[in-house]
Amino acid sequence: MVNARRSPVPTVVSAVDVAFRAEWSGLVAVLRREFGDLQVAEDAAQEAFAAASRVWRRDGVPDRPGAWLLVTARRRAIDALRCARALDDRMAMLADAPPPSTDEVLDDQLALIFGCCHPALAVEAQVALTLRTVCGLSTEQIAHAFLVPSPTMGKRIVRAKDKIRQAGIPFDVPPIERLDERVDGVAAVIYAVFTEGHASSTGTTLIRGDLCDEAIWLAETTSDLLPAHGELHALSALCLLTDARRAARFDDTGAPVLLKDQDRELWDRAKVARGLDHLIVARRNEAQGAYRPQAEIAAIHSMAPCYGATDWSAIVAVYDRWLEADGGPVVALNRAAAIGEHDGSEAALAALAPLLDSGALDDYHYAHVANAAHLRALGRHERAIRAYDRAIAVCTNDAEASWIRAQRAQLIGDDPRLSSSE
Amino acid sequence: MKYALLIYADPSIAPAEGTPEFGAEMEGWFNYSTKLTEAGSMLGGEGLLDGHTATSVRVRDGKTVTYDGPFAETKEVLGGFYIIDVENLDAAIEWAAQIPNVGYGTVEVRPVMEVPDQG
Repeated sequence: MVNARRSPVPTVVSAVDVAFRAEWSGLVAVLRREFGDLQVAEDAAQEAFAAASRVWRRDGVPDRPGAWLLVTARRRAIDALRCARALDDRMAMLADAPPPSTDEVLDDQLALIFGCCHPALAVEAQVALTLRTVCGLSTEQIAHAFLVPSPTMGKRIVRAKDKIRQAGIPFDVPPIERLDERVDGVAAVIYAVFTEGHASSTGTTLIRGDLCDEAIWLAETTSDLLPAHGELHALSALCLLTDARRAARFDDTGAPVLLKDQDRELWDRAKVARGLDHLIVARRNEAQGAYRPQAEIAAIHSMAPCYGATDWSAIVAVYDRWLEADGGPVVALNRAAAIGEHDGSEAALAALAPLLDSGALDDYHYAHVANAAHLRALGRHERAIRAYDRAIAVCTNDAEASWIRAQRAQLIGDDPRLSSSE
Repeated sequence: MKYALLIYADPSIAPAEGTPEFGAEMEGWFNYSTKLTEAGSMLGGEGLLDGHTATSVRVRDGKTVTYDGPFAETKEVLGGFYIIDVENLDAAIEWAAQIPNVGYGTVEVRPVMEVPDQG
């Protein structure tokens, strides 16, 4: 406290930051309902935060920052609508209205999320709008994170807002008979944000790690708002358990580190614990979708002290249930990999054989690479070479194709009998 | 809000006249229109004759150019429309999902342009 009094400025700055994370989405959600327009709500919220960083520095941080922000933002919205001659009497009275109850704010927040993730918008528009409106990221930040020019992202967001207004997209919590499918849509948006952040996050582009943070915040917030929806808890668990490994996923040079080589001391234990808590709720609510088995597998890895101690039989069991439920051939392929870890290459090949015979994965080079690796491990080099050839023939990614060629060349180098027949 | 429900379908997979499926679909159209009217949401609507009866018209450089056929030569042709007045897009989507041939066709939901009163 003494320190805080001596240096009021950093305290105010962090108070505004804390309020932004805690209050932004609720503030925009309430203003959107009260003033009936997303852009008016966003602009007013933005101005209220700008005012907070000036006024709080002068007068100190108010006891209830959220209430202060709402009063300030309502006045800004009323001024803006009066200028545009769009202010009606009901809105004008909001200047002196009491703040909505906590429950009302939560309902508004949920309605905001469902509106931004409305299936009448293209998925990429849903993603951009959710990050802008619900998370409060700037257009520039979103553009940067998705590696597109700012004007392109700006247009995408403006078009989405235009469609919301013109096509009459409602900001409502869907009726109970539509709720599950709409929750699936919200989860898909959050998952898209997470995979965008995770798939290409390298040690150097920190902003993409920020997308993982936003996805986790969204997943946990929607889980809290809809606690009975197991899918959202399964998604929260998946994001947290995967992101817990963030610090271990890249070495000092920025090169990716495979799971088996990661320093598990670097895993974020607090995130693992939160992820496991969500997974327990997902199980209790019998989450049915694909997030849960992925989270289960991530949880099994997170509990192994080292790669050698991984409980592969538990992982195979998760794949068995997943495959029974609705898993496709790629799930079956991953199951074969887990069997290989547990019982060795002979068992993996036995699991792969019917899958390869079915033809479902003919164009999927990972299937042929897996086949080649197990054949090679068992010394069946000629058949391994043929599998590498099939992989190269269908691989469309240049970097991966050259890696497969290198593997093939290495195998030929190791086995002089093969080079003579080349 | 007012919406047009534009009903597209491939006539080659629609039930043939005289079959029981055709009768069931016609009854479906009748019931749908009645339900929409009773809900107070019906502003209008018509079925259209086959795509081969269509004539497309353009005026270019002051000249009227007409040609045979619908605007876009696709398998799915515009076969009819409703104009409805409902609360929002979700309500319009609910109505669109009940269109009798939506099981093999596609319904495009378009908001109707509102012209401000010149009162």
